[in-house]
Amino acid sequence: MANQEIQTHTIGNGLTVIVEPMADVQSAAFCLLVPAGSNYDPPGQAGAASVLSDWIMRGAGSRDSRELSNELDNLGLQRNEGAGNSHISFTGATLAESLPKALRIYAEIVQSPHLPDDEFEPARLGVEQSLRAIEDEPRQKVLVELRRRCYEAPWGIPSEGTLEGVEKLDAAVVRKHFENCASPRDAILGIAGKVDVAASIALVEELFGNWKVKPEPSFTRGPRGPQRDHIPHESTQTQIGIAYDSVPYCDPDYYAAWAVVGVLSGGMSSRLFTEVREKRGLCYSVFATLNSLRDQGRVLCYAGTTVERAQETLDVTLQELMRLGEGISEDELDRCKARAKSSLIMQQESSSSRASSNARDWYHLGRVTTLEEVREKIEALTVDSLLAHIARHPAKDFTILTLGPQPLEVNLGVS
Amino acid sequence: MEFHEARLPNGLQIVAERSPSVHSVALGFFVRTGARDETDEVAGVSHFLEHMVFKGTQRHSADDVNRIFDEVGAKYNASTSEETTLFYAAVLPEYLPQSLDLLSDIVRPALRQDDFDMEKKVILEEIGMYDDQPTYTAYENLMQTHFAGHPLGRSVLGTKESIGALECGQMRAYHEARYVAGNLVLAVAGKFDWPDLLARVQTSCSAWPAGAPRRTKAEAHPHGGLKLVTKPNSLQQHIMQMSPAPPGESIMRFAADILTVIVGDDSGSRLFWEMVDPGYAEAAELGYNEFDGSGAYMCFFSCPPEETAANVERVRAIYDDVNRNGVTDVELAQAKSKVASRIVLRSERPMGRLSSLGHNWLQRQEYRRVEDDLATLRNLTLADIRKLLDAYPLAQLTTSAVGPLESL
Repeated sequence: MANQEIQTHTIGNGLTVIVEPMADVQSAAFCLLVPAGSNYDPPGQAGAASVLSDWIMRGAGSRDSRELSNELDNLGLQRNEGAGNSHISFTGATLAESLPKALRIYAEIVQSPHLPDDEFEPARLGVEQSLRAIEDEPRQKVLVELRRRCYEAPWGIPSEGTLEGVEKLDAAVVRKHFENCASPRDAILGIAGKVDVAASIALVEELFGNWKVKPEPSFTRGPRGPQRDHIPHESTQTQIGIAYDSVPYCDPDYYAAWAVVGVLSGGMSSRLFTEVREKRGLCYSVFATLNSLRDQGRVLCYAGTTVERAQETLDVTLQELMRLGEGISEDELDRCKARAKSSLIMQQESSSSRASSNARDWYHLGRVTTLEEVREKIEALTVDSLLAHIARHPAKDFTILTLGPQPLEVNLGVS
Repeated sequence: MEFHEARLPNGLQIVAERSPSVHSVALGFFVRTGARDETDEVAGVSHFLEHMVFKGTQRHSADDVNRIFDEVGAKYNASTSEETTLFYAAVLPEYLPQSLDLLSDIVRPALRQDDFDMEKKVILEEIGMYDDQPTYTAYENLMQTHFAGHPLGRSVLGTKESIGALECGQMRAYHEARYVAGNLVLAVAGKFDWPDLLARVQTSCSAWPAGAPRRTKAEAHPHGGLKLVTKPNSLQQHIMQMSPAPPGESIMRFAADILTVIVGDDSGSRLFWEMVDPGYAEAAELGYNEFDGSGAYMCFFSCPPEETAANVERVRAIYDDVNRNGVTDVELAQAKSKVASRIVLRSERPMGRLSSLGHNWLQRQEYRRVEDDLATLRNLTLADIRKLLDAYPLAQLTTSAVGPLESL
């Protein structure tokens, strides 16, 4: 693994910048996380962060909405912005020489957005429509609803917002969300690519140094949804979502948890793909993934299958989860290690991956892990350490949600 | 970057672009076959066959195929379109020999009856899955209506009926006819040693049967039409529209690409400012689809049903204006900046280069460096766009709609 020179620096107001120079690319990328995520949406008005992430792009500093967009396009910036639970994220990538100009504009977006009244309703309508589009896509819908049932509020509430919530939002509420939350405290800026470390840090000091700190906002906790549920839906397939508790990214057990999910669902030789799809032909799409918040984690599983085969799909999937503790082979673990090694190395080809990955590390761990460090941790995994992890965090107490024409039975008796 | 090409005596072509600064290598077999090369009796066979390729050969069982790819940590998959079937993997350079050995073995699959029967269930599930996705339904119906009577109007997935009735023998015959050496291109991008690579390809692929099947390439002359699917429980109306654009061989394809960025990129375009920014539509995009011998502009938008008629009108007004007055210098310069940066970013990863390398060679026997793409882009003028619009104006010829509306 190549040597990485990652430099982190926290400026006076709390913003942390992480810079990773990459020798072999022409591009540079950034990932700016502003702690104004959907966790701070006012109760009953889910979607404030989501609408803000659109509205905030509609003019800042000396530029109105159209000038701002044109200028970013002229810089060739490929960009994205959106609300997550904890942060609103702004990401962008372009040719390295254009990055400083892009950062200059983003500094204005987060510190002095216009949030013009006449642009509020279009921003709100855009979010409302993307939520309506999710209602029309059962695959997306079941995963959004599964989160609501396996995480307490606010973490389980969709960070995109809800239709009921977005309907009730007005400009004053969303502006208040910005004023309360958009602050350099706990803000993180990852920069990676063909960049100079000292110059990048100096630029960030200059652009973000005067960003005012605000008191930490609070959020309200609430219950999660029902552990067993069915949402009636006229569709060809039944969508199945299953969740159970695991560990978060900051947990020392994280890499073991990652490998166990890899045994279940990493690559086409994994257990779910083999048992559910290859051997039985029950689905086209079946997978499990490890989802992590800062202090809690879940394994989320998905399968979509036609109505008459849905019961068998659910039964087989649950059995695969429950028999994890019975044993894992050396070969299965080796395949996980091989996949990890190649993705770690391939990450070095993408400035966007590195910028985002470093920012995410800082949020979860308060430090950055090098690729070499991750490689060592994965190499150190053994079948015994995986089984010990499963003993501590067995697949049980499932949250199960189905969406489709008919509900299913949950059969946990066998194994 | 260093380019190599070779042709085996049986007709298999190999194109390879070496970039020593990357950390991985991507390789893919591009097969010149897809839905347009099928007949009614075997509708959907290209895509079904793509799945069967992973079910193994005389030398490798289905389990072996998945296991070996995972053992080398490959990122691998396959895809089938109207005209190309692609099998690819991205791996660390030390695993190139194993990956090439496996990939070149599986494109000549055993096609065992019991695997065929099992995988048929998966295909039927895939059809069911897409059936629940309004955008996919809209696309299928659009292609079938726009290209009615032309091979490009054939469905990639086929139907429940055509897949249900398909027999393994028919698939074997299709494979025998279409997967002959002259109908495949092997593309490799990233870190590799050319003499070693070529020697390995010679060992693995020299015994393949020769041949180069024909394809009917006549340019389509669509008559247009409307296909409406009413889904009373949908919340959004999904609309797709198509009209003729330059064929994939045409020099005008570069102008068509940039024109669609100006008019219909997902942000900062005319459609964006008129429809998405004001909140009239959730998404509104225009793209250029190039095919062998034909081409199409394809517009997509999704909006509340009651906003549909007004949005169709907005698209029409934009098209009218562009057809009549062209685009501006400022728009062209801005689109060039966006596209140049996309080209460079995509090319930083071997997987990004693979697609361009393989498709250019398969479709046009052409190698284009990143610098060539950037130079062509730089040299595009308003006159090129005018010429394009005169030959292929933007139009709303064919419409496909999925959503609550009962009429349009």
